[in-house]
Amino acid sequence: MIRLLLSLLLTLACLPASAALQVFATAPEWAALVREIGGDKVSIYTATTALQDIHRITAKPSLLAQARRAQLVVATGAELEIGWLPLVLRDSGNAGIQSGQPGYFEAARYVNLLDVPVVLDRAQGDVHAAGNPHIQLDPRNLFRIGEALAARLGELDPTNAPAYQAGYKAFTEKWRTAIARWEKEALPLRGVPVLVHHASFVYLENWLGMKETGALEPKPGVEPSSGQLSGLVARQQSAPAKMVLRTAYQSDGPSLWIAGKAGIPAVMLPFTVGGTPEAGDLFGLFDDTVQRLLKGLR
Amino acid sequence: MLYKPFVVAALLAASCGAQAASDADLAAIRSQIAEMKQSYEQRIAALEQKLSQAEARSAANPLAATTAATDARPVAIASASSSASAFNPEVSLVLQGQYNQMKNVPNRTITGFWPTEDGTNQRGFSVNETELMFAANIDPYWRGQATLSVQGDSVEVEEAWVRTLGIGEGIGLKAGRFKSSIGYLNEQHAHTWDFSNAPLMYNVLFGPAASYVEDGLQFKWLAPTPLFVEFGAEVGRGASYPGSDSNKNGSGAGALYAHVGDDVGVSSSWRAGVSYLKTSANDRQADFVDVNGLPAQGMFNGDTDTLIADFVWKWAPNGNPKYQNFKFQSEYFVRKDNGNLTCMDTAGVGNACATPVTGDYDTRQSGWYAQGVFQFTPEWRAGLRYDQLDSGRQNLGSNIANLALPDYKPQRATAMVDYSWSEFSRARLQYAQDKSMQGVTDNQLTLQYIMSLGAHGAHTF
Repeated sequence: MIRLLLSLLLTLACLPASAALQVFATAPEWAALVREIGGDKVSIYTATTALQDIHRITAKPSLLAQARRAQLVVATGAELEIGWLPLVLRDSGNAGIQSGQPGYFEAARYVNLLDVPVVLDRAQGDVHAAGNPHIQLDPRNLFRIGEALAARLGELDPTNAPAYQAGYKAFTEKWRTAIARWEKEALPLRGVPVLVHHASFVYLENWLGMKETGALEPKPGVEPSSGQLSGLVARQQSAPAKMVLRTAYQSDGPSLWIAGKAGIPAVMLPFTVGGTPEAGDLFGLFDDTVQRLLKGLR
Repeated sequence: MLYKPFVVAALLAASCGAQAASDADLAAIRSQIAEMKQSYEQRIAALEQKLSQAEARSAANPLAATTAATDARPVAIASASSSASAFNPEVSLVLQGQYNQMKNVPNRTITGFWPTEDGTNQRGFSVNETELMFAANIDPYWRGQATLSVQGDSVEVEEAWVRTLGIGEGIGLKAGRFKSSIGYLNEQHAHTWDFSNAPLMYNVLFGPAASYVEDGLQFKWLAPTPLFVEFGAEVGRGASYPGSDSNKNGSGAGALYAHVGDDVGVSSSWRAGVSYLKTSANDRQADFVDVNGLPAQGMFNGDTDTLIADFVWKWAPNGNPKYQNFKFQSEYFVRKDNGNLTCMDTAGVGNACATPVTGDYDTRQSGWYAQGVFQFTPEWRAGLRYDQLDSGRQNLGSNIANLALPDYKPQRATAMVDYSWSEFSRARLQYAQDKSMQGVTDNQLTLQYIMSLGAHGAHTF
C-alpha cells in the first residue's frame, strides 16, 4: 500500500504541469476577460457566479483547493472580496498567489475608483475605504485592466506572451467598436434619473450619464427597510426616477415594491457575465444591459 | 524485497530530474526569444493603438472622444498614504455581553466526567471576554496575529502566532500560541459561535475555555487536488487541559488531523474531518466527591487520547448565503484516559482518602452534538442544537471504594434566534434545557450581544 502511494506521489510530482496557465478568477467578469485575452492558453476557474453576492462568500473548501493549484489569481480588489479571499490565499499554501506576488492581480488598481469615502465610519454602512469596487460596468475600464492583465499573463507564461498581447489587441479592437455602438444606442439614457437597490451601478451610470437619485439600502450592506422605501416613494413627487435597478443576485422584493408604488419599471440587470441568459460573455453583458435599460425607458 | 520501492523511487526521481533539466534549458531559450518578440510586438501594438485612438478622436461620434479621453487617464495605482500609520496592522475589537437566567448551582459539573473548573454559574448581567485582535503581514514571508482577551481585570494572551506565507507547495507552518485545528469548532473564536455557549462535548474535552490551545508548532499541507484534502500535525507544550504543564525538553502533546471537503452543485458545500490528540498529564488535580458525599481531591498522572470526527454542511440557494442559508454541523468524540489516580484529603474533612490511595484510572468516554442553523432573512436566524454525552467506562482501580463517579448520560437541548443589523453586530436570545448534572434540570435563558469594530472579519467556512 505504502509502496503504491509512494510511486503514485512521485509520478504525480513528475507530471509536467498542465500546459495551460491555471487562473483563479474571483468573479465571472474577470474570468471572461482572461478568456478574451488568453483564449486556449489558459484554464480558468471562476470562484463565484452572477447569482452570488461576491462580498458575502465564505472561504469554502473548494475555493482553497482551487487556489492551491492556481498560478494567477484575478480579483477585483478594493476590499470587495475582503471577507474571504485573503483567507483563501493564505490557507492555500500557494506562495505564488500571495498579495504582492506576480500571481496576484487586482483589477481595481488600474482604474480610477469612484465614490472614495472622505470619512471612514461604519455608521455609513459597509463602506469600502478604497472606493466603489463594482468597476466592471464601465466598459472603458476594461482597456487598462486588460492591458495590465495581458502583461501579467505574459510575465507568468513568457512562452505565450505574444499570444496574450495578440489576444488583448484583438479584444481592444472589437471592444472599441462595441463601446461606440453601445454609447450610440444608449444616448436616450443620458440624464435619466434612476433608483438602485445597492450602489452597484455607479460606474454604469457614470459611463452612460444616468443620474442616481437614491438607493433602496439605507446604508451600503444594510437591507432596505420599509421606512427607507416609503421615503423613496414620497420623493418620487419632487424628484421622479424613471426606473429602479437591481442586480441578478439581489432580492427582487424591494425594487418590485417601489416599482408598484411609484408606477415605474423594476429593471434587473445582469451585473456580470452569466447574470442573464443573454449575458454569456463580456459583449453579451453590455448588449443585454443596454437593451434592458432601453426597454425600461420605453 | 524492501529495496525495491526505493529503486523505483530513485529511478522515478532521476528521470524526473533529467526531464526538468532539459525542460529548463529549453524554457530559457524559449523565454529569451519570447521576450524579444514581445518587446517588438508591444512597440508595434502601442503605435497601432495610438493610431486607432487618433482615428477615433477624429471620428464624428461625439461620445468617442470621451472613450479615448478616459482611456488616456493616468493609471491610478491605489494611492498609499505616506504616513507611518499606513503600516498599522488590522485591528479589531469584539464586544460581548449577556444576561443569564438559570438555577443557582454552585460547583456546577458535568456528571460522570472529570470535574473541571466551571465558570458557567454566572447569573444576571455580565460582560464576556472583550477580544482585541491585531494581525498583519510581517514581510513577504511571515504573517503574525495576536488575540488578547480581557475579562475582569486580567488580560490573557488567547493567541499569539506567526505563520509562513512563502513556502508554497501547499505547506503552511505556524508557530506560537494558537487554537489547535482539531475538530471543527475548536479553531473558532467564541464570537463566531452560532450559540451563546459551546457544545457540552467541548467543555468536557477542553474545560471551560472549550477550545484546545497549544504553545508549539503546526504543520499543514493542502494536497494539489481539485478535491479539498488537507493534512495537519501539531506538537507543543501540551499545557492545556486535558494535558498539564510539564517543564521538560521535547514535546508535551501532539495532534494529527485530516480534512476533506467539496461543493455539491452550486448550492451546497461540505467539510468532514478526523482528528487525534495525545496529551499527558502530571499531577492534574480536581475536586471529587467521595462515596460518603464528602469533598475529596483527585490527582491524575497518565496519558489521554482524544479522537474527534466532524462534519459541516452548508446550503444556500444558488450558493448565495446573503438572503437564506442553512448550516448543519455535528461532531463526535471518544476519549481514553490511561494512568493512575491518587485520592487525597487535602482539606482534612475526614473523607475516605485520609491516607492517600493511588489506583488505576482508565476510562473510555464519548459524546456528540448536532446543530442546524437556518438564516431565513438577511437579518434573522434560528437554530437548534442537541448535546449528549456518555460517561462510558470508568475503571477507578482501588479507588472504586473511595470515590463516587456515577454512570450518567448528560444531555442538553438548545434553541436560539438571533438578529443581525449588519455583518458587524448581532443580538441573540437562547433557551436551553440543561440536564448535564445528575438530578438537576436547568432551564437557561440567555440574552446576548456580539459586536465587532475595526477590521473586516473573515468569513471562515
